[in-house]
Amino acid sequence: MNGAAGGSAGKVGAWLEERLGLSVLARFAREKSVPVHRHTIWYYFGGMTLFLFGIQVATGILLLLYYRPSEKEAFESVQFIMTAVPFGWLIRSIHSWSANLLVFVMFAHMFSVFFMKSYRKPRELTWLSGMAMLGLMLFFGFSGYLLPWNALAFFATQVGTEVAGALPLVGDFALRLLRGGDQVTGGTLTRFYGFHVAILPALTTVLLGLHLLLVQKQGMHVPEAIEAEQKRSGEPPKVMPFVPNFALRDAVGWCAALGVLAVLAALFPWELGEKADPFAPAPAGIRPEWYFCWMFQLLKMLPGHVLGIEGELLGILGIGAGGLLFLLVPFLDPAGGSPWRGRLFTIFGWVALLVMIALTAMVYMPAGGGR
Amino acid sequence: MTEPGQGKARRRFVNWFLGTSLGALCVSVVYPVARYISPPDVPEAQTSRVVAARDGELKPNEGKIFRFGSRPGILVRDADGGYRAYSATCTHLNCTVQYRGDLEQIWCACHNGFYDMNGQVVSGPPPTPLEVYTVNVADGDVVVSRA
Repeated sequence: MNGAAGGSAGKVGAWLEERLGLSVLARFAREKSVPVHRHTIWYYFGGMTLFLFGIQVATGILLLLYYRPSEKEAFESVQFIMTAVPFGWLIRSIHSWSANLLVFVMFAHMFSVFFMKSYRKPRELTWLSGMAMLGLMLFFGFSGYLLPWNALAFFATQVGTEVAGALPLVGDFALRLLRGGDQVTGGTLTRFYGFHVAILPALTTVLLGLHLLLVQKQGMHVPEAIEAEQKRSGEPPKVMPFVPNFALRDAVGWCAALGVLAVLAALFPWELGEKADPFAPAPAGIRPEWYFCWMFQLLKMLPGHVLGIEGELLGILGIGAGGLLFLLVPFLDPAGGSPWRGRLFTIFGWVALLVMIALTAMVYMPAGGGR
Repeated sequence: MTEPGQGKARRRFVNWFLGTSLGALCVSVVYPVARYISPPDVPEAQTSRVVAARDGELKPNEGKIFRFGSRPGILVRDADGGYRAYSATCTHLNCTVQYRGDLEQIWCACHNGFYDMNGQVVSGPPPTPLEVYTVNVADGDVVVSRA
């Protein structure tokens, strides 16, 4: 029996091989290896982000089967998913929790790449495509947040799009482009739905393909300090085969993430809140998703005017300048540059990270709300 | 027979023609798409006068949001029983404000901005005062109009 089955499988394999030439990929997988050193753990964060993105695609498609993107029906359709559709609460909760974990893991991935200086030549394009995807993921989060059409989401969108509207020169165009008019209305909801389920996935697919291709082409980066240590010791650099050693370790992490998601979704189902009413005041204690909280807190702390400039505009320009420094770091801190410049960017990264953590913590402190 | 120079000129023309045709094709695709995604201006009927509440509907030191055209307005009955009305759109980032009876101030929950009973900024990030409307009581209706 086994022999016959093996024979048929072999025939199918040979048939496919003639047409697709998959043996090239198999050889690549066999030969691919991953460096082993004290920072190897950070290599898992990219794969984890990919896994969580897969969860988002799968659960997102399932939510599409019942969701209705209109001002009149959006809230009710999510309520229907949560209360009437079998396991609807689970699918929606996993989608929401996974989105949050995805952003967290993606930030961890970005900062680990930043501090290991893996953005340097020849990986500039890998960094740029990754940063573009970070932007897309944040936009995924922002657009998806509005879709249940609840009060918190309504005002978060009001504020978020107003922030885009405060940009110099392109502000007005960006605001109307995002809102689909001058106000946040049902038209904005339909537009955000279009962004969330069509435009952003299409862009992400292209960038993700490029990013993964570049990672495969260039292999994993070993931090310079580790490389120097290896040279000094005179021993050959330690590596592990990608298949099966690294892939299996990846799979363990993915199983753990799935377990965490299941526990979070089951014990803390994602709340739906109150339906949005454009003619109700913003509810007390309003705040955006945690990953936008540092911006929210900064905009809250800045006074109306600083040195004659509107505080809000100053904050937005500051955040934009910081983001631009991050984006362009491969060109501002290239390989072979002076060591002080490298150290300066490391300090900049730590300061940015600590400021973001401190501002986020302030939002969650008990005094963060009203007076 | 074609002269070599003439052939080059012809090739240059063909390259220019095809190149600009490609450019024109791109523009003819990109321009309508760019115009399509940018929403059209829908003229809004300017509301200048609205009945915000019935007289007596609000107790002293209470506020309510009312529709002023397509935007929210806020009507406040102060502690002395007088009416005041403002635009309810916070001048900071467009959230809808509410009246805080405990402080006798108007509050934006989004970024903790406070306005006094004249619509002036007391504290927080709002850069400019709230727009103040005129209030009249006529035939038992509280009528708000743009000053």
